[in-house]
Amino acid sequence: MTNRSHAGNGTALIMPAVLLLAFVFVAPLVWFFVQALAKKGGPVEIATYALDVVTSKAVVTALGTTFWISLLVTLVVLVVSYPLAYFMAKSRGVAFTAVLFCVIVPYFTSIIVRTYSWMVLLGRNGIVNQTLQALGLIDEPLALLYTKTGVVIGMVYVLLPYMVLTLYAAMKAIDPSLMRAARGMGASAAYAFRRIYFPLSMHGVVSGSLIVFILAIGFFITPALMGGPSDVMLAMLIERSVEIMFDWSGAAVMSLLLLTATLVLYSVYYRITDVRRMMGT
Amino acid sequence: MTGERVPRSLAVYVTAACLVLIVPIGIVIVLAFGDQGTLRFPPPSFSLRWMQAFFGDPRWQKALVSSLAIASIATVVATTLGFFAAYAFVRADLRAKKLLLSFMLLPVIIPHVIAAIAMYFVSTPFKLVGNVVWIGICHATIALPIVLLILLSTLQGVDVNLERAALSLGASRWRMFTRVVVPLALPGIVSSALFAFLASFDELIIALFLAGVRSETLPVRIWNSLHLQVEPVIAAVSAFLIAVTGAILLIDAALRQWRQSSATRRIDVADAA
Repeated sequence: MTNRSHAGNGTALIMPAVLLLAFVFVAPLVWFFVQALAKKGGPVEIATYALDVVTSKAVVTALGTTFWISLLVTLVVLVVSYPLAYFMAKSRGVAFTAVLFCVIVPYFTSIIVRTYSWMVLLGRNGIVNQTLQALGLIDEPLALLYTKTGVVIGMVYVLLPYMVLTLYAAMKAIDPSLMRAARGMGASAAYAFRRIYFPLSMHGVVSGSLIVFILAIGFFITPALMGGPSDVMLAMLIERSVEIMFDWSGAAVMSLLLLTATLVLYSVYYRITDVRRMMGT
Repeated sequence: MTGERVPRSLAVYVTAACLVLIVPIGIVIVLAFGDQGTLRFPPPSFSLRWMQAFFGDPRWQKALVSSLAIASIATVVATTLGFFAAYAFVRADLRAKKLLLSFMLLPVIIPHVIAAIAMYFVSTPFKLVGNVVWIGICHATIALPIVLLILLSTLQGVDVNLERAALSLGASRWRMFTRVVVPLALPGIVSSALFAFLASFDELIIALFLAGVRSETLPVRIWNSLHLQVEPVIAAVSAFLIAVTGAILLIDAALRQWRQSSATRRIDVADAA
């Protein structure tokens, strides 16, 4: 028998899917960029215009906001997720299923629903403030919704499952006998964790952080609903320039900026990760 | 071997974290069955008032119908194209597999706002804004990566020798597909269709731009309502979306069991022979 596959070179099988993406996803992007920028004239005019947009106060501010919120969200998600994933990798049976359930159900719930639930929780008379006041911890309701804190809480909630599932996959691949060997040779639990387990889980830490950061910089729904007037992220600015100002050229420049950042980070992710693991499947 | 022991502090932390993860979902469901005009928790009494307000309102009904139609179109397109693509990835001598796969996963990575604006930009001149079929096709692009990832792992579990056997016994390629590959991969195909449906049913940003006033979906209506005020009927709609997610996750869990049991049965048969 030959090693050649009975499915041939697969071109005919894969073509319909490639054509769908090419015509419905990629082509509109290219067409949009070309058309929206061509309105501004030749290459020199376009470059000057793009530079004006990128250095404008609104865009510079939004870039800063986007970067810092995304960085903060990524760090919080990492710190919160690591022990959760560690527990999942060590446990089995009912405990494992229960934790998986609590991670998976929000993961597959609509982002708008998850954002709405936190709006209800964090509102001025929301459940969090009611509880804190009932416990006597605060006198006045805290301003949580429509602040940066609210945006970070909402985004952490939405993005957490990506990190947990990535970390879990990396930790599950760690050979448990390495830890046993370290302990057997006299290392304390903390030392063995620090010198053996944590370095071996580093791969998951990096790819999980990358995917969360990539998704965070393009975030729109949660910051738009939970942020205050000063918490404008880049994706929101893009949406506004189209919806409110009909400024297609400005939107195209900002979209190119966001797209470039996303693709650069994705290419790093591509190098270090098996892309098939992306959704935690 | 049993699971290793974990420190008590870790167990306490994990319990607390799991509560924070699941409580927001639970609260929405409870509020949906509350009986009051404001969002107080816990509700003083329970009723189906907001559920009736949701299912009884013709505008929400219309949004539900649009959502169902769009998600059905997206499901059929994404599952069909995704199945053939996944088969090519697993079985064929494709070149640059990893690069091609990462290209096909782009719709997950590229911010939906950018994709939505570009799709809106090309839809306007062709009068496609508000066209349910077109929105379904656009949603298929974001459902395709999900179908692909699920079916890649499914098809890797299908024994290639069964396909070779069918072909060498004289089955045509088409017959081999319909009588061997599809039946063996069926649990995975159904799973991927369910998650493709969910991806479209829950999608907001692309629908927000392409729906127009004619074809508002449930997430778009929730979005528009949230901008006006946080009204309790949204809790009812949200609870409905959560129920759809829950149902799909349950069916998927059942399908996994089925896949596993049919796999063990095959091994039993092999052992007996």
